[in-house]
Amino acid sequence: MEESKQNNQEEQKPKLEKPAAKPKPKSKPKPDQTFILSSSPHQVKTDDVKTVMKHVNMALLPAIVASVVYFGFRSLFMILTAVISCVLTEIVINKMRGKQFREGSAIVTGILLAMTLPPTLHLGFVVMGSVFAIAIGKQIFGGLGYNIFNPALLARAFLQASFPVRMTTWTNPSTLDAVTTATPLGGLKFENIVSPYFDMLIGNCGGCIGETSALLIIVGGVYLLIKKYADWRIPVSYLGSVVIFGTIFWLINPGQYPDPLYHLFSGGLMLGAFFMATDMVTSPVTPKGSWIFGIGAGFLLVIIRLFGGLPEGVMYSILLMNAFTPLINRFTRPKFFGEVKK
Amino acid sequence: MAKKKISLLKEFTKGLWDENPVLVMLLGLCPTLAVTSSAINGLAMGLAVLFTLTASSTIISSVRKIIPKEVRIPTFIIVIATFVTITDKSMAAFQPILHKSLGAFIPLIVVNCVILGRQEAFASKNNVGRSIVDALGMSVGFTITLTVLGAIRELLGAGTIFSLQLMPDSFVPWMVMILPPGAFITLGLMIGATNWINARRER
Repeated sequence: MEESKQNNQEEQKPKLEKPAAKPKPKSKPKPDQTFILSSSPHQVKTDDVKTVMKHVNMALLPAIVASVVYFGFRSLFMILTAVISCVLTEIVINKMRGKQFREGSAIVTGILLAMTLPPTLHLGFVVMGSVFAIAIGKQIFGGLGYNIFNPALLARAFLQASFPVRMTTWTNPSTLDAVTTATPLGGLKFENIVSPYFDMLIGNCGGCIGETSALLIIVGGVYLLIKKYADWRIPVSYLGSVVIFGTIFWLINPGQYPDPLYHLFSGGLMLGAFFMATDMVTSPVTPKGSWIFGIGAGFLLVIIRLFGGLPEGVMYSILLMNAFTPLINRFTRPKFFGEVKK
Repeated sequence: MAKKKISLLKEFTKGLWDENPVLVMLLGLCPTLAVTSSAINGLAMGLAVLFTLTASSTIISSVRKIIPKEVRIPTFIIVIATFVTITDKSMAAFQPILHKSLGAFIPLIVVNCVILGRQEAFASKNNVGRSIVDALGMSVGFTITLTVLGAIRELLGAGTIFSLQLMPDSFVPWMVMILPPGAFITLGLMIGATNWINARRER
């Protein structure tokens, strides 16, 4: 029953071909497919979008746990609200378009969106963001695999532009909702307060519900990289270029600019690098392109953080590089064997 | 010139929907996107275009036979610019606040493609009566579109339409709708809806 459903999903093809450029884990061929007489490729892959999304969800678990630990069950409600409204929107729009997709990417979008929201945000805005993410961010372009921008980040940008005050009201994890506080980056930029590194590493600082605990995000991210559901080049080049450009500015003026470690562990960089930038749809498919994507995003991030009006730039750096992705893909197309440069 | 004669009524109504200058022909998008942060701005812009387009169409179509083909575009522009200047100055005199909020976009009606396009495509080939009807239809279509676009953006971005409070007090305005992205999103959705309705009608 499940198999026949999978076969009906012809529409998923474009999406399935994209990640194929990246190495996939080996999987056992099914018994009846062991002796197929056919031309290459011979390896039968059973990975589909559904499996990928399942693993991404699993990789997000540690960060979800961290958000509940630091911001209480309210963050769980926010995540659930976002997931439910994303899935409902997806179902409604699929009905309208007369399509049937059941690949679970709406769940990932919902979780990722909720994790980039501040803990005090009213649930109504979470619903609004989720509907925007799926309807405008994804389905308008033709569904999964056709969207230009990461839907979760696009929805966050929409919320940020619509409700700037509500989107920047942070609470301190240890004292919970009563006291508003600054994020490490906002504190540094506007009040010149430096947060301790250890707090930023384990997540005991102000910020969006899913972004504070760098350590647990790394755990989930490394799981994704080991399972090869995310391209390791993107986080490596993104984080690496943030360190390099951050160091350059730090060496120029240590008093004014934060050191590279502060860049690394503050804000949403870890979440962005491991879960947003590696989105298979909106990042380049070629290895060389992935390096360019990561380095460009890192450069933009440092520029926005140090010279922009906002303290944090992960969202805009990734969205801007999303816009460049088709161009990067085009210019980094690998040569065919024996191809002569014209 | 085996052109099928269409009725005057059809000439008028085509601008409202079938050949709507904004939603179908995608002309004059610059003022459409820039000034529609509120319904009143959209309406004012539309009325300014209505006056300019109707007046220039009348003049152009009545002198269409004596305009040399080679210099027709400069001729159109001079006629249009005359009426834009009249609009600009009278608006500054009678509606200074509105004039200020529309800013540079009133003088920029000169280069609005809706107007130049109608002169080139219609007024220079048809008689005065038809040209006036065509110009009225087009500019009414333009005005309605801009007013609706402005109303949607004002309603969501400020909770009001024509400065009339419509949303409950608990409503939090979506700032983005008054900013440029709101114009693009709303216009895109409106064009999408138009195409969707047209596709449905054909079926």
